[in-house]
Amino acid sequence: MRRSLSLGVAVGLYGASFGAAAAAAGFSVVQACATSLLVFTGASQFALASVLGAGGSVGAGVASSVLLGGRNGLYAVILKESVPAARWRRVVAAQVTIDESTAVATTSPRGLEPVGFWWTGLTVYAVWNLSTLVGAASASAIDPKAFGLDGAVGAAFLGLLWPRLRDHGRVALLGALLALVAVPLTPPGVPVLVAGLAVLPSLVKR
Amino acid sequence: MIWAGVLLTAAGCFGFKLAGWTVPSTVLERPLLRRGATLLPVALLAALVVTQVLAEGRSLVVDARVVSLAVGALCLWRRLPFLVVVVAAAAAAALVRLL
Repeated sequence: MRRSLSLGVAVGLYGASFGAAAAAAGFSVVQACATSLLVFTGASQFALASVLGAGGSVGAGVASSVLLGGRNGLYAVILKESVPAARWRRVVAAQVTIDESTAVATTSPRGLEPVGFWWTGLTVYAVWNLSTLVGAASASAIDPKAFGLDGAVGAAFLGLLWPRLRDHGRVALLGALLALVAVPLTPPGVPVLVAGLAVLPSLVKR
Repeated sequence: MIWAGVLLTAAGCFGFKLAGWTVPSTVLERPLLRRGATLLPVALLAALVVTQVLAEGRSLVVDARVVSLAVGALCLWRRLPFLVVVVAAAAAAALVRLL
């Protein structure tokens, strides 16, 4: 639970930079907040803002954004095994099914997966939306970099990866390499998807 | 136009999330899918670490974020609490940028 809260705060605070990025891309404060409330999956939100802000079409923005959000569906498939949710709770669970809540849930001790999932999902949701409002409203006034928030998010991702490195180190290494190669070749957000190909060798082997 | 983008993206992203929660369990019993579902987050998290720390748009840059990651890794290796890891990493980048 403490892990959930601290990750929630760290990642959620980064929402301020989304708010600022959205404002810079021409989103109104209401539009920026609506994006965080309704879309609620960071990479997709940044993708949408960056494509629209660069003068890209709505179609291009939505396509790259939804493609990035596809992984959340796979997360739900994993989560369903350890996190019980029926009917309307499933709808709420779906909305907070993101990188962070999935990562915390799947690395929680056996039996504690629902605690990790709900605490992380709801904490990040609350802080992400509040910080989007703050970031969008004060736009350029807030500088997440001056507070080192970008570095903190990287360390948070490493913290989530850490317990899996022992068993799946090779997949992690290959994923990281693929992403690095893809950064200069593809638009922001896509390298993470390209890295997903790192699982193929392990799947073919069996 | 922005509203159209926001609403379509929201619908698409939520659709994927909900579909994952409502797909019948029988489809999920395939070992290949299970193994893929276990490994995919590992690859994506590793990619998120390096892109978060090294990517700036389409270029790779080494800046204060690398110091953050190193401090974070040191904290993780010392088995320090997650909050300490994150706060120390943020402080490291903020400090480097101040200097």
